[in-house]
Amino acid sequence: MNTKTVGIPQAMLYYYYHYLWKSFFERLGLEVKFSGETNKHILNAGISSAVDEACLPVKVFYGHVQELAEKVDFLFLPRVVSTEKKEYMCPKLLGLPDMIKASLAPQTVLIDVNINMRNKNSTMKNALGEVAEIIGVSHKKALAAWRWAEKKQEEYQSNLVLGNLPFGHENKNSAYQIALLGHGYNIFDNYINMNLIEKLQLMGADIKTKEMVSHELIEKHASSLPKKMFWTFGKQLLGSGLYYLNNPEIKGIIFLASFGCGPDSLVGELLERWAKRGGQKPFMIITIDEHTGEAGLVTRIEAFMDMIKRKVS
Amino acid sequence: MKVTFPHMGNLHIVAKALLEYLDVPVVVPPPISKRTLALGLSHSPEFACIPLKINMGNFVEAAELGADTIVMAGGVGPCRFGYYAQVEREILKDLGYNYQMIVVEPPDTHWSEVKEKIKLISQGKPWWQITGAIKFAWLKARAIDIVEQKVQKIRARELVKGNADTVYRQALENIDMARDKQGVLKARDKALANLDDIPIDKDKTVLKVAVIGEIYTILEPYVNQNIEMHLGRLGVEVSRSIYLSEWINDHLFMKIIPIRSTKDYIKMAPPYLGHFVGGHGQETVGSAVKYSRTGFDGAIQLAPLTCMPEIVAQSILPVVSKKENFPIMTIYFDEQTGEAGMLTRLEAFIDLLERRVDLKRSKDNEWIFGN
Repeated sequence: MNTKTVGIPQAMLYYYYHYLWKSFFERLGLEVKFSGETNKHILNAGISSAVDEACLPVKVFYGHVQELAEKVDFLFLPRVVSTEKKEYMCPKLLGLPDMIKASLAPQTVLIDVNINMRNKNSTMKNALGEVAEIIGVSHKKALAAWRWAEKKQEEYQSNLVLGNLPFGHENKNSAYQIALLGHGYNIFDNYINMNLIEKLQLMGADIKTKEMVSHELIEKHASSLPKKMFWTFGKQLLGSGLYYLNNPEIKGIIFLASFGCGPDSLVGELLERWAKRGGQKPFMIITIDEHTGEAGLVTRIEAFMDMIKRKVS
Repeated sequence: MKVTFPHMGNLHIVAKALLEYLDVPVVVPPPISKRTLALGLSHSPEFACIPLKINMGNFVEAAELGADTIVMAGGVGPCRFGYYAQVEREILKDLGYNYQMIVVEPPDTHWSEVKEKIKLISQGKPWWQITGAIKFAWLKARAIDIVEQKVQKIRARELVKGNADTVYRQALENIDMARDKQGVLKARDKALANLDDIPIDKDKTVLKVAVIGEIYTILEPYVNQNIEMHLGRLGVEVSRSIYLSEWINDHLFMKIIPIRSTKDYIKMAPPYLGHFVGGHGQETVGSAVKYSRTGFDGAIQLAPLTCMPEIVAQSILPVVSKKENFPIMTIYFDEQTGEAGMLTRLEAFIDLLERRVDLKRSKDNEWIFGN
């Protein structure tokens, strides 16, 4: 019997959970196929199939789905509503499976289960049960594979908290520690952000991301807000942002937003205001969209790094 | 304490009635104008959706009139609106305004907190007075919506364009001025009678178009460039997927009053959209399905540019349109205020709807004439 393949679009939540998902499906004996790094072809396919008003990462996701569809036995397209108590993903992630079905109608078997950990007693049990039925394994086996995968994910995340950059980026130590804040799918997708991490490193930056701040520290700082931040990634950005704002080692903060991102429009604004109050820390917002002119980006980060270097020395 | 709140359509009449009944001094922000928009734009994050920008303009203008307390609604996400107040507070702080901000979070999550906030706003008024205030405000909200629903019918058929709007404006003023229950009912009935007196073309076949989408854009004519009035003048009868009184009943009264509810749309959204996506995204999809099955000719989805739940709905509506054979157009609104572009789109959409009606009629007649 041939090994069945499950396709995972290399976009959006891939940048958070690829390790978890890959470990899970492989443990169940499936072959995992990612759609590969974003490229011009994928981006264009996404732009032409998603509505104009969608944000860049959603368009990119559409492209990745088309890259995979019909090449795999199963397409992993979960509706991730919430991963933490009383929190949400953004509305577009909540609607993503329906959006994809409406405009692309992929002919592959979809693993389109709902994952919702928002309520007090929610568990992964139902979702895992559904996945098990779709791919044809026992519930027990799925549960065991999930536990195993969760451990792998924990190992992966604790490695990030130690200060390591993921996705093959090397750490470059320097006197200029820069916090680069944004959604994982913007920060680590080198195609859509035009190799921002590498560019900054070449200019002498030591990159710190929100993934390097421990869950406890994020919760501690986020709990100082007058109102709970209900987006999980928004909470991570505000929590790690506050942590970096108060950390004298961090010489500047760059907030990478994508055009049309709802949470970014408010979260970035809050961080910018806090950074500016009392002239605390250099802060810059970079917004990326499907235009790929590099010159503007390079000019801005060069100016930012020059300023930091002058300030530090 | 001088209390203000953001504008949203006729909300100010209802909110003012509530607060004044509780003897709370109220500052209604000046009607939304170019100045409001300009002030809002200069103090808001560029990529925030338009309601936040107008809110900011309202708050700055209300402060100029002496307001020192803002009452604002909250939310638990995932729509951005739930965090509006937090961002607005920070912006106002940096601008040097000494506003106290009272954020009322949705009652389905924290009833005790809601009670506390009401006590704070009403400055400890007894519950019988608070109940009276809520009843009085509700009466006004419902009166306005009943009059407006009639206006939407008359606009499409009146012989002299603008008659219905004149009555409507007068009715809003009268309802706003009414000091007691009798006054509100009298204002409402007078408006309904005046609307009945407007000469109309009784035999005119009018198109019926639903305005669906995001609540603020639907309810605030400054933002939607008076789309309903324009549609009416183009001879279209409009129905909204949501009226203010329905929102109040759905969200604050837990549906105790038996009027139309937006919750019904949720049942009609699957299989197109089988899950809540924040805001009214699922309701938008469901309302399109409902209107398509209740004799409407088409729907127009309204939303602020970059509105997340409505982008989800917009992505799905083409399938609804195809499967239900129901034309749907989406219009996004931002700070651009040129009406001409919107008018051209409305005219084109209505032409399309008219042609469909003609086509259907000629098909229905085929067997009579034997072609």
